[in-house]
Amino acid sequence: MELTTVWFTLIAVLWIGYFTLEGFDFGVGMLLPVLARDDRERRMMINTIGPHWDGNEVWVLTAGGATFAAFPEWYATLFSGFYLPLLLILVALIVRNLAFEYRHQRPEPSWKARWDLAIIIGSFLPALLWGVAFANIVRGVPIDETKDFTGNLFTLLNPFGLLGGVVTLLLFLTHGAMFIALKTDGDIRHRARALSVQLGLGAALAAVVFLLWTQIDTGNVGSAIFFVLAALALVGGIVMARAGREGWGFIGTFAAIALAVAGLFVALFPDVMPSTTDSAFSLTTTNAAATHYTLKVMTVVAAIFTPIVLGYQAWTYWVFRKRISVHHIPEAELENAGR
Amino acid sequence: MDILDVARWQFGITTVYHFLFVPLTIGLTLLVAVMESFWLRTAKPEWLRLTKFFGKLLLINFALGLVTGIVQEFQFGMNWSDYSRFVGDIFGAPLAVEALLAFFLESTFLGLWIFGWDRLPRKLHASCMWLVHLGTLASAWFILAANSWMQHPVGYEYNPDTGRAELTDFWAVMTNKVQLVTFPHVVASAYMTSAAFILGISAWLYARKRFEQDREMYRMGIRMGASVALVAGLAVAITGDIQGKIMTDVQPMKMAAAEALYETDSDGCAPFSLFTIGTPDGKSEKWSLTVPCVLSFLAEGDTDASVEGINDLREQYQQEYGQDPGAAYYSPGDFTPYIPVTYWSFRFMIGLGFLVAGGAALVLWLTRKGRAPTARWFGPAVISLPVIAVLANSFGWIFTEMGRQPWAVFGLMTTAHGVSPGVSDLEAWISVIVLTLLYAVLAVIEVGLLVKYVKKGADPFTEPPDPTLRGGDEDQDRPMAFAY
Ligand code: HDD
Ligand code: HEM
Ligand code: HEM
Repeated sequence: MELTTVWFTLIAVLWIGYFTLEGFDFGVGMLLPVLARDDRERRMMINTIGPHWDGNEVWVLTAGGATFAAFPEWYATLFSGFYLPLLLILVALIVRNLAFEYRHQRPEPSWKARWDLAIIIGSFLPALLWGVAFANIVRGVPIDETKDFTGNLFTLLNPFGLLGGVVTLLLFLTHGAMFIALKTDGDIRHRARALSVQLGLGAALAAVVFLLWTQIDTGNVGSAIFFVLAALALVGGIVMARAGREGWGFIGTFAAIALAVAGLFVALFPDVMPSTTDSAFSLTTTNAAATHYTLKVMTVVAAIFTPIVLGYQAWTYWVFRKRISVHHIPEAELENAGR
Repeated sequence: MDILDVARWQFGITTVYHFLFVPLTIGLTLLVAVMESFWLRTAKPEWLRLTKFFGKLLLINFALGLVTGIVQEFQFGMNWSDYSRFVGDIFGAPLAVEALLAFFLESTFLGLWIFGWDRLPRKLHASCMWLVHLGTLASAWFILAANSWMQHPVGYEYNPDTGRAELTDFWAVMTNKVQLVTFPHVVASAYMTSAAFILGISAWLYARKRFEQDREMYRMGIRMGASVALVAGLAVAITGDIQGKIMTDVQPMKMAAAEALYETDSDGCAPFSLFTIGTPDGKSEKWSLTVPCVLSFLAEGDTDASVEGINDLREQYQQEYGQDPGAAYYSPGDFTPYIPVTYWSFRFMIGLGFLVAGGAALVLWLTRKGRAPTARWFGPAVISLPVIAVLANSFGWIFTEMGRQPWAVFGLMTTAHGVSPGVSDLEAWISVIVLTLLYAVLAVIEVGLLVKYVKKGADPFTEPPDPTLRGGDEDQDRPMAFAY
């Protein structure tokens, strides 16, 4: 296999890692006002992702860095072209991450309420906008002969792009509900499970329309196989969740997201950013790539370190495998408040 | 202002802001790990209390370093897309490797440290913080390698067909001579800054009547902070001195600009000026206060050496870079950075840094042999040291980056050619305004939290649960140790 293809695949893997992992964090964040009834339950929800959200987010930083290194033209065109949506995503991630760290630092309800809002909006915007961005990458955007994006914000807000956003939004909501059902105990566990089934049905409907549309527009045999598998995984997950098998339910949404993203990348290949202006201007795995030497160096580094990273990330999930329930959450998080 | 200025302001603001938090994170992860290890070794409760106290402050600081880093990762593509195209083959690799090696390590093990007090055996728990520190060093290594390449490009070839610089030797980029001295200088200044943080806060708490019963503990913090700050300060000066010599070699204009030395000093014994007034166009000097020979020594390590001046260098640069294969990327500018900024930032970096090191030495002396500083001024004066150290860091970077101008990559690409052609003025303005306002609000929140927790002082000692001794399952139902 060509090294450019290897790196196209690796970047797909990084995005799959990102969407499957931070996907449920986004879901948990958005469901905060829906599932939690009081502050202790809200804290319990945040604590389910507490040790993990930062590590999950590094997947997107790595995807960004790897794109820069392996396909500099793609990095340059994509992030200068999708300027405002990306800025919105960055701002959302900033306030959301800070909210996780700062929410518990003061006991005042108004302080907490403000950070809760930051978590909710900060999870909602990226969940929606990443979908819009990806749909547009797959569909193609206006790119001129100097490889620069020539559209504007409204070019991206087309029906297909927006539908892509709705799909990621619903998928992540479902994924988050599955995660809460899997990681908590007590009343909230059952509410989360019931909700995951309802959300799952909505997600399945939107996803099927979107994936069909993609398949008709730009699909090939490979992408069709992935899309069918993704749909099956999602339906399987919903069925399992209904039957009370939370673990399998979570695996179902996890697999559905992974397979759908994989299918999108298969549909994209060998382009990385098709041009709707003239297909001769499309960025491809060859004309956007770094040199063979750079790719070789990067391949060696990735081959050594990716297994190590996967190993210790998996280990943290093992360390914190226990379900959390309300009585694990101290009454007040500042034991010595008022000193 | 055109898009170039907006983009430069944005990059300057966001990067300097990121670097307010970075030195503290790099140094505090080390010092907190040391404190926790001391506790394991000596079983003195004070060390655990200090670990938790400074650990808490570290987390508050870390959060902001992290979120501002996210912007950094993407903004090369957003505002500097032509730059990214030109250098991506070389510059992207360290960035990607940094994420894979460093960010995963930092974030995962910090999560384990925060939530693992009652889940991990004690030694393993302490190792988590050591690993986070290792991650911060790796992070600094790779990002500084990328930056050093911009100061002094090595291991590449200019390819006229693709119109970009292409990597030919990754190892050469990693062992760039600029990198080899920049990394120790930056890490030492980070250690110095965080040691000043521990020193300042411990001293301030020490001086408060309310915490009289904890004086023994805060004294430990003072002594630890002061010793590390002093040693690190020495290391900063030594590495900085070497850096100056390498810089004179690879970017002579930067050294001339640091000195506002307009005419070449060929008689030897070039003076170091403490204060200069130049003409407004920055082309010549009107008056200055100087110390003889020091500049010759800084630049060449020899008090008799001659040092090249701005006006001669400008002519040299114009000849050299007027007719290179990459000429498409040059503007026929005058190759001179903005002198007032380089001149003053260089002086502030060194001056403020010496102030911190001197302060640390004074504190060590005041607290010698069990003595106790009780003077009124002590606490309030010493708590300003970390702020001064952070400022010294910012001035150092402002000097380094502004002194490289008009180049983005020295000798290869000017900053003006790096800016994104497709981004509109409006978009750039929106982002610079949004990010600046957001950062300002976050600064207020962060300082508020730090002040709150500093005022509160260290929590009383509570034995953390030891999971290796865990008995029945009902233990697992106790509240979590360090829950959000
Ligand atoms: C507490 C912070 C601090 C202190 C006390 C000093 N520095 Fe520094 N200096 C930095 C923090 C710093 C920095 C922020 O970390 C920089 C910016 C880029 C870099 O490599 O380190 C820097 C850059 C920097 C450069 C520019 C390198 C380049 O552009 O290639 C030189 C020549 C020096 N330093 C020299 C010195 C000398 C001679 C010092 C004192 C004797 C000194 N620094 C003290
Ligand atoms: C963290 C410490 C750093 C600080 C405080 C810093 C500061 C600055 C400042 C103040 C500028 C604006 C100069 C101007 O007005 O033109 C600048 C420009 C720039 N720096 Fe740095 N920098 C840092 C590290 C880096 C690193 C590590 C890189 C590379 C990875 C880098 C790459 C750039 C680029 C691409 C520009 C834009 C072009 C320019 O305006 O010069 N900087 N930086
Ligand atoms: C302009 C170039 C830079 C980029 C693109 C960049 C990128 C980032 C990113 C994405 C993070 C967040 C990582 C996480 O999620 O855990 C981060 C944090 C960090 N960066 Fe930077 N950074 C830059 C400059 C620097 C420099 C010059 C240094 C050190 C000399 C540095 C050291 C660190 C450290 C130690 C952290 C982790 C600690 C913290 O969050 O405070 N960075 N950076």
